[in-house]
Amino acid sequence: MQTPPTNDGGTNDSGTNGTRANGSELVRFDKVTKRFGGTTVLDRLDFSVSTGKHVTLIGPSGSGKTTILRLLMTLVRPDEGTIRVDGDYLTHEERGGQLVKAGDRHVREVRKKIGMVFQHFNLFPNMKVLRNVTEAPVHVLGLDKDEAEQRGRELIELVGLTEQLDKYPSQLSGGQQQRVAIARALAMRPQVLLLDEVTSALDPELVAGVLDVLRDIATTTDITMLVVTHEMNFARDISDAVLMFDQGRIVESGSPDKMFSDPEHDRTREFLSTVL
Amino acid sequence: MMTEGMFTNYFLPGIWITIQVTVFSAALGVVVAFLIGTLRTSRLWIVRFLAGCYFEIFRGMSALILMFWLVFALPLMLGWQLVPMWAGVLALGLTYGAYGAEVVRGALAAVPVAQREAGVALGFTRVQRLRRIEIPQAWPEMVPPFNNLLIELLKGTALVSTITVADMAFAGNLVRLGSNESAPVYTLLLVLYFAMAFVLTRGMRVLERHAKASVGQTIERRGLFARRRPPAPTLGAPDAEALPAGGTVGTR
Amino acid sequence: MNLDWNWDVVGDFMPVFWEGVAITLRALFLGSLTAFALGLVWALALRSPYAWVRWPVTAFTEFVRNTPLLVQLFFLYYVLPEWGPSMSALTTGIVGLGLHYSTYTAEVYRAGIDGVPVGQWEAATALSLPRGRTWLAVILPQAIRRVLPALGNYVIAMLKDSPMIAVIGALDMFGEARNFSNETFTTEAYTIVGLAFLVIAYPASLLIRFLERRLVLTS
Repeated sequence: MQTPPTNDGGTNDSGTNGTRANGSELVRFDKVTKRFGGTTVLDRLDFSVSTGKHVTLIGPSGSGKTTILRLLMTLVRPDEGTIRVDGDYLTHEERGGQLVKAGDRHVREVRKKIGMVFQHFNLFPNMKVLRNVTEAPVHVLGLDKDEAEQRGRELIELVGLTEQLDKYPSQLSGGQQQRVAIARALAMRPQVLLLDEVTSALDPELVAGVLDVLRDIATTTDITMLVVTHEMNFARDISDAVLMFDQGRIVESGSPDKMFSDPEHDRTREFLSTVL
Repeated sequence: MMTEGMFTNYFLPGIWITIQVTVFSAALGVVVAFLIGTLRTSRLWIVRFLAGCYFEIFRGMSALILMFWLVFALPLMLGWQLVPMWAGVLALGLTYGAYGAEVVRGALAAVPVAQREAGVALGFTRVQRLRRIEIPQAWPEMVPPFNNLLIELLKGTALVSTITVADMAFAGNLVRLGSNESAPVYTLLLVLYFAMAFVLTRGMRVLERHAKASVGQTIERRGLFARRRPPAPTLGAPDAEALPAGGTVGTR
Repeated sequence: MNLDWNWDVVGDFMPVFWEGVAITLRALFLGSLTAFALGLVWALALRSPYAWVRWPVTAFTEFVRNTPLLVQLFFLYYVLPEWGPSMSALTTGIVGLGLHYSTYTAEVYRAGIDGVPVGQWEAATALSLPRGRTWLAVILPQAIRRVLPALGNYVIAMLKDSPMIAVIGALDMFGEARNFSNETFTTEAYTIVGLAFLVIAYPASLLIRFLERRLVLTS
């Protein structure tokens, strides 16, 4: 499936890899193409996210927004192009001056900088709330159990679920489960947090609680966020930049104020009229 | 040494007996399956209850013990002796028929209620509805589980060798005693059973295709033994792309 | 019809009957453990990324599943000692039962593992959980919970096949009944053992149905 990255010697700075590329650039896509079967979901996509920024991806379903998050989380691999996180290639490695497909260990190392919250929470149903949050810190980061539990308790308090510490996910509401999932992602101290339509599976009355927690995190921490959402008010509140996607390409980008009140592109205007 | 004579003198007749036992017990099993299976959908609770009792008793019964009981204990009660081969056929047909009854019951229950109601609306009797509407629609659903049961039944026929019916397994034991060479004898025996299971499975596939065609469906191609193996995450895959392959396409 | 039923014969049979029950239950317990463990090995091997692991395991499990347990017991009892150490009839029976049913439990595990939602794999990836930890802490606990009733059904099926070990000489319930009947020219023992199977199997199947319903409700 995977082909080596196209190195067409053109405009991008793929020659400078290995050095910390431009300290402020945390995530960078270079000419990334992703196809599923015959459909091209992302078409030679270039884009980057600077450290500490909150970037929201909007666009009709099937436009490739979620695929970007899944590529970053290595749940799918790019067909062409490269992705860098904090200067390191995500799915490629430099060997003898050549870019080759990365081994498992390399992918795992780079991936630790990324956390993700899923649309359907994906909590582990066989573990209680606290253990959902501590499992990875103990077994991936190698924290000792007490330390991980302390960190877990703090995070669970942050998302307002101290009372539910000892329950199983199935005993919680959807909104509570999603807040646990947020705590679970944060427990890994990621540099980038990916939020994949985190409120779309929730009953309307539970959405606000989850968004409040995320607003809180966005304003009180310096974590970088990459958000796919249909909650336009939330996007306006927390975003530094909004990217409008259509058919695997970025149609338009800009500050939330500009994008929501004065979009330039017809597609953006059309899309916003259907969701606002 | 195992000689050619041993094969033609013992194994060949044994194969023929195994085939006969399989065919006769399968025939009895099918009759039992449809009888008990449809009775379990009866409107009368007493009929349902009795059919349910049959199912529970023969599902919990070991075919081997039933065979011995039919050969040794029953004659004392009845006063006449059952030919061992028919005792074997009876035991196998009754026990595997009980499993078959559950297949029939499940497939009948899966026929949409609307079909039954349409039959009622057209004035069919209960038996007519079963025969003309419900069973024909349920039949394609029954064939794959019947295939599994038929293989189990074929394997079960080896038990008749313990009540002195001269089937393949019996022939194998005789030849081992005669030649003192157990490895080639039992290997041959296992391969023979495997080959017969293979032939039965292919035959049932043809039957399944016909059954599906009769209700306007087609079946997908499957492996040698007609079981599905959906793609799923692999263990220790070096390439993580193989991991969530099942669920990625739909969720972009 | 002449039901001559002799309670004295029953009384004489009872002491060896209980010994037989103990052997049957022991064979069933150890056979089940073997089947559960080996089946998991097959199920995991069938998921190996390497064809040279998958292919032989597929061939072996298909062969074992599609041939009679009785003949497999003969093979283990008469052929294996030619190559290796010989085992007692009971040990052979336990190995045979366990091996035969492991090819069924392998399919059960496979279905259970396939039934774990893909989101669980994705969450494990997102948290960078190592492969072994993902299996041990996330996938298998969920898969095994789902397959418990199916495994239980195979324990009952194994119970019904367990008298076969008497054919190679193990003294389980059936072996004791056969010896007793041959020595005393009576048949009551067969009836008692037949009833004993019903008495053990029926509550066991009720228990499994209860388990099924509970697991459905809580998942």
